[in-house]
Amino acid sequence: MSETVLEARGVRRSFSVSGGFMKPRRALHAVRGVDFTIRRGEVVGLVGESGCGKSTLAKLLLGLMPPSEGEILLEGAPISGQDRLETARRIQPIFQDPYSSLNPRKSIGTIIGLPLRVQTDLGGAEIARRVTETMDLVGLPARVVDSYPNQLSGGQRQRVAIARALINRPSIIICDEPTSALDVSVQSQILNLLQDLQREFGLTYLLISHDLSVVEHMASRVAVMYLGRIVEERPTAGLFAEARHPYARALLDSVLTPDPSLGIPDTHLGAAFPNPLEIPAGCSFHPRCPKAMPRCCTVAPDPLRIGDGMVECLLHAPDQHDEPEEETTR
Amino acid sequence: MAEQVLEVEGLSVDIPVTGGMLHPVQEVSLTVARGETLAIVGESGCGKSLTSLSLMGLLPSRAERRARRLSLLGEELAGKSERAMSDIRGNRMSMIFQEPMTSLNPAYTIGDQLAEPLERHTRLSRREVRERAVEMLERVGITAAASRLGQYPHQLSGGLRQRVMIAMALICNPDLLIADEPTTALDVTIQAQILHLMAELQREFHAGMILITHDLGVVARVADRVAVMYAGQIVETGTAAQIYGAPSHPYTRGLLSCIPIPGRSRPGEHLGAIPGVVPSLIGRMEGCHFADRCALVEPRCRKGDIALRDGSGSGHRYRCVLDPETPATQEAPA
Repeated sequence: MSETVLEARGVRRSFSVSGGFMKPRRALHAVRGVDFTIRRGEVVGLVGESGCGKSTLAKLLLGLMPPSEGEILLEGAPISGQDRLETARRIQPIFQDPYSSLNPRKSIGTIIGLPLRVQTDLGGAEIARRVTETMDLVGLPARVVDSYPNQLSGGQRQRVAIARALINRPSIIICDEPTSALDVSVQSQILNLLQDLQREFGLTYLLISHDLSVVEHMASRVAVMYLGRIVEERPTAGLFAEARHPYARALLDSVLTPDPSLGIPDTHLGAAFPNPLEIPAGCSFHPRCPKAMPRCCTVAPDPLRIGDGMVECLLHAPDQHDEPEEETTR
Repeated sequence: MAEQVLEVEGLSVDIPVTGGMLHPVQEVSLTVARGETLAIVGESGCGKSLTSLSLMGLLPSRAERRARRLSLLGEELAGKSERAMSDIRGNRMSMIFQEPMTSLNPAYTIGDQLAEPLERHTRLSRREVRERAVEMLERVGITAAASRLGQYPHQLSGGLRQRVMIAMALICNPDLLIADEPTTALDVTIQAQILHLMAELQREFHAGMILITHDLGVVARVADRVAVMYAGQIVETGTAAQIYGAPSHPYTRGLLSCIPIPGRSRPGEHLGAIPGVVPSLIGRMEGCHFADRCALVEPRCRKGDIALRDGSGSGHRYRCVLDPETPATQEAPA
């Protein structure tokens, strides 16, 4: 097994949010104990719905905010003790919106070269050479080097973001919804590019997306997040063949493949809305779960390793209530 | 055959901009029958949203709309005054927008906003209006409906807000419902629930529906008929089975090849791609609008207006001079 690039150990993050006018502040638990590793050369998908904590986890992994509890290790060493610049060199982000993630007042060449200017001692000529080389790599025409972001299309801007992330050869790239703001024909070009670059340079990606079709296409392993915890994690093929967690199952059922012979899927999820301010007791998914059992309301499931995957669901847990009875009958 | 709710022929929109005249919608013709869902699908800038706004008479004032025919249940709308249109909007034809947070007024309660179309278009008493509002909220699956009337939009989740939008759109029992990207801002599990609800209500209210979306997955599951738009024109139209089973326009085929499909597009393989960018719609354009991005382009593609021609079955039409048998394998750029 190849070496671990990035690891989260028992990571938690809470925010204090306003409870409303004249009401006390409340704690929002965005990430509630995540253990997670990404190995070199891997593409790991992280999926979940809005409010599940996936973007907070991305910020924690990028070192943009410290976890309330737990540790993040980059190539074996805790991020917290490291130099900010050095961390930034080794973990690079690609964000969702290529309109707001590029400085509108800087030229494309300046944007792409910035990581080299702040992280290295390279001279101007060498930086310019590397910028040209990287632009060529991501399929940006050399003539846009002096253009500004507003002169580029959405797909081209996302290529700029990819070039900026790649230029200083990071250990891992965290892609937070890299194609959600793009049209399908542009999305496919960006996905093809990310895949080519990954193969050519053995890059490591964490791909955060709400689009399971995209994740299935790109990732070798998928982690499904619900209300701040990873509820299932498995190699992609296994998960898509048969998800173990009812939430992962519902997510997969909700994928609308373009097949007009099929109707709208029924996910059998209740109308309850997952609210990170009021996380239900027991299994946090139980109010929406079609297979909820009485003890799901009180007992929080522990992560359970099955084969090459992990699932956090009482349906798969050894039945604790029956154990004493079995002992007496034996 | 079911009664035609909407009949549109030769709808065009012109907007004067710096540098000339923009033609975002060009000669669009479509019909919607009672109980039928027509999906207009296309990428950003193809004119699908402006088509829907022009049907509602909601274009910006400097835009000019032309149509040979634009009739709602046989009644011509093209020459109607703004005042007459506002009697029809929200009453006989209504619209659901993409982002329920921006299309609901944050300063008014849910109850006030639900009551507005009833107060504008009916003579119901205040008590009747309130009863109807509660009934409609319950109908769209909102629990504790009476207590929601006093709540503000920010107190509801995205899924609930979209349910409120649907309730508002249907409260006057419209003949035509236009839904512009109704589920794009929602999570996938909520999307499935909202699409279910819309299909159910459409059957119940027996309305015609136009669904505007960029999502080919949603279109396949929901639409009876599909119109694919590209650069202001309908480039292909037919039943959902025809469009997905025998796509005949190179753009439609390219679009379908671009989407990853779990179980079908093999992981690790390249997705299809459409190279190039959408042409500028400023000024007059000759020939096929897709010619510059089409792998199969021929000299005759660039001459004159390309008309819609008959495709694989009845009602299937596409705007291309090439025969559909021509293999359409668009190579992805390296």
